[in-house]
Amino acid sequence: MSDATGHKTSLLEPDARTKARNAAERRFRLMGLSAVGLGVLALVVLLSSVLGNGLSAFQQTSISLTIPLDEKKLDKSGKRDPAVMAKVTTVGYGKLIQEALKDMLAEAGVDDGGLKPKELMGLLSKEAAADLRDRVLADPSLVGTTLSFNAMANGRVDGFFKGRVTLKSAERDANITPEQLQLAQRMADAGLIKTGFNWAFLTNPDASELRPESAGLGVAILGSAYMMLIVLVLSLPIGVAASIYLEELAPKNRWTDLIEINIANLAAVPSIVFGILALALFINFLGLPQSAPIVGGLVLTLMTLPTIIIATRASLKSVPQGVRDAALGVGASKMQAIFHHVLPLAMPGILTGTILGLARALGESAPLLLIGMVAFVKDYPASPPQGFFDPASALPVQVYSWTQRADPAFAERASGAIIVLMLFLLTMNAVAIILRRRFERRW
Amino acid sequence: MNDMRLTERAVTEKAKMSARGVQVHYGTNHALKDVDVDILDKTVTAFIGPSGCGKSTFLRCLNRMNDTVASARVTGKIEMDGQDIYDPRVDPVQLRAKVGMVFQKPNPFPKSIYDNVAYGPKIHGLTRTKAELDEVVESSLRKAALWNEVKDRLAAPGTGLSGGQQQRLCIARAVATSPEVLLMDEPCSALDPIATAQVEELIDELRAQFSVVIVTHSMQQAARVSQRTAFFHLGSLVEYGETGTIFTSPRDPRTESYITGRIG
Ligand SMILES: Nc1ncnc2c1ncn2[C@@H]1O[C@H](COP(=O)(O)OP(=O)(O)O)[C@@H](O)[C@H]1O
Ligand SMILES: [Mg+2]
Repeated sequence: MSDATGHKTSLLEPDARTKARNAAERRFRLMGLSAVGLGVLALVVLLSSVLGNGLSAFQQTSISLTIPLDEKKLDKSGKRDPAVMAKVTTVGYGKLIQEALKDMLAEAGVDDGGLKPKELMGLLSKEAAADLRDRVLADPSLVGTTLSFNAMANGRVDGFFKGRVTLKSAERDANITPEQLQLAQRMADAGLIKTGFNWAFLTNPDASELRPESAGLGVAILGSAYMMLIVLVLSLPIGVAASIYLEELAPKNRWTDLIEINIANLAAVPSIVFGILALALFINFLGLPQSAPIVGGLVLTLMTLPTIIIATRASLKSVPQGVRDAALGVGASKMQAIFHHVLPLAMPGILTGTILGLARALGESAPLLLIGMVAFVKDYPASPPQGFFDPASALPVQVYSWTQRADPAFAERASGAIIVLMLFLLTMNAVAIILRRRFERRW
Repeated sequence: MNDMRLTERAVTEKAKMSARGVQVHYGTNHALKDVDVDILDKTVTAFIGPSGCGKSTFLRCLNRMNDTVASARVTGKIEMDGQDIYDPRVDPVQLRAKVGMVFQKPNPFPKSIYDNVAYGPKIHGLTRTKAELDEVVESSLRKAALWNEVKDRLAAPGTGLSGGQQQRLCIARAVATSPEVLLMDEPCSALDPIATAQVEELIDELRAQFSVVIVTHSMQQAARVSQRTAFFHLGSLVEYGETGTIFTSPRDPRTESYITGRIG
């Protein structure tokens, strides 16, 4: 050690300057690590809250009944004509269910606790009678047979088995009494009430305030799928064509600069503004129907286009100039150079950008609220193309409208819907990664 | 410079391309000033000069690759077989099929070796059957002295070859469209000496069919492969003539200082 000279220091011992630099590096590492940690923590909290609240939406308590479908009550004429049979209302079917429920309790030896028939029926979803009626009308040959029918339990009973509803809370609840819950418990002990995977959550349409147990995402998933289809079909070709023109063919002048700036700005415009535009342009001016996937698809296309154009231009830019020179050098035209060589190389970037744009569009709710997609829609939209013009819902909007409802059962459904939405997004991102890997080539 | 092949084969005096008063501006940068050059048929012409003197710029005028540079403005007259290649009626795409180009950095397409060579003939419709195309690919790869190395792996990616092989693949690709003039911009600058020797040998063989224009940094290379040499300096053509004359008795003092290594 001869620090005095300032030059001859031992290699085995770091000098002051090196020490300071190393310390700075350690500090930076620590900062980066804590930033990452914070992000991971936020993600974990978010996921566990959503999963904790929403996973139970995929379970549904139900009571399986054996219902004799008496011809005398359901089809007096004996003709099995659905038009005639439709005269029997849900009240008639409700009676059948009520009988069946009573018989089941008697047969299993479960004490009904002296509940009145109406209270007994309160254990079941108000949707049960309508479900049974729909099933019989769809298949009149069922009349005269004995049907084993899975009736959904009422939302409160369902909540009781999921721990959301307690005997105590039932005391103050107009929709359920502790006696009903005690009966439900006895039925469960006797194996009459079962809990299974809730397919209806994925297929059923939305349901009214009093029937949370039958509310499902069917219409919302269809609506979102239709809109994604429209967005993909419109924005990919338009976006790629616009990018190719701007990047490869257009002269570089003030006008193209202006367009470039505007596209960048458009990508940053708040989505609600697109909603206002869609309301004015597509609904008020062009007269397209409200709540329809076509309008939602168009506004989401407008929103996605800048993202796709920016991603596509970036990936076109990243294709080495040598590839274009090589193609032009052997006498390819500009179009041939682009379509034979540049575009295939840019494909992974374009597809990734497109899928990320689609994913963003899938999760977008603000513009859809403005074009009326928040309406209560009970009927499935028809198959495309006329289904594009039928009223539908969308996943994020469904989440929003369920969180607006009073019954806590809807809060569970909303979290469940978020899980479905996130699964779709995860799938899309996975597809983006796979496509990227598959198309990626080195040059 | 004792390895001069220029005496081995007679030089034709017929001009394949002739440039008169060619000027190029990149925006406000006057990159090429008043260049007159005749490119002779079945001859190797070398462009030498210090970096940035406009050799590549002039080369790119000969197949109108400068059209792809937005800021470039070319004036003057360049004729090929007596036809003005900058005539508005000329489609540069058609011109480039006749005037092939090999770039400084090997740039094979990220496709198979076969597809690299077959691309030109395909887009120009030079072959009608697969067999004909196979034949063109084979003969082009043979001309580029690459056939024996790649004949068993024509489906392998062209980008997987070594640097020298890639450059020869690019030459094969350019040769496959049967051009009349072949432009090469420092084709050996990224290659090792062995690959360089192979490419030089190749150039000498190609001269039987095309006129070849080669930009090079190496004066030894110019002396070895070319019959004509043009010396550029600061955007002007300083001297142009028989390679032997340029290297043994240059007229211009700038040429002399460059080839003796005093400027460059
Ligand atoms: N694409 C371009 N855009 C603008 N200026 C260019 C471009 N290519 C070349 N130049 C300019 O033209 C001059 C000649 O360049 P170049 O022809 O590449 O020289 P060389 O090939 O002899 O090294 C240089 O000053 C260079 O900066
Ligand atoms: Mg150059």
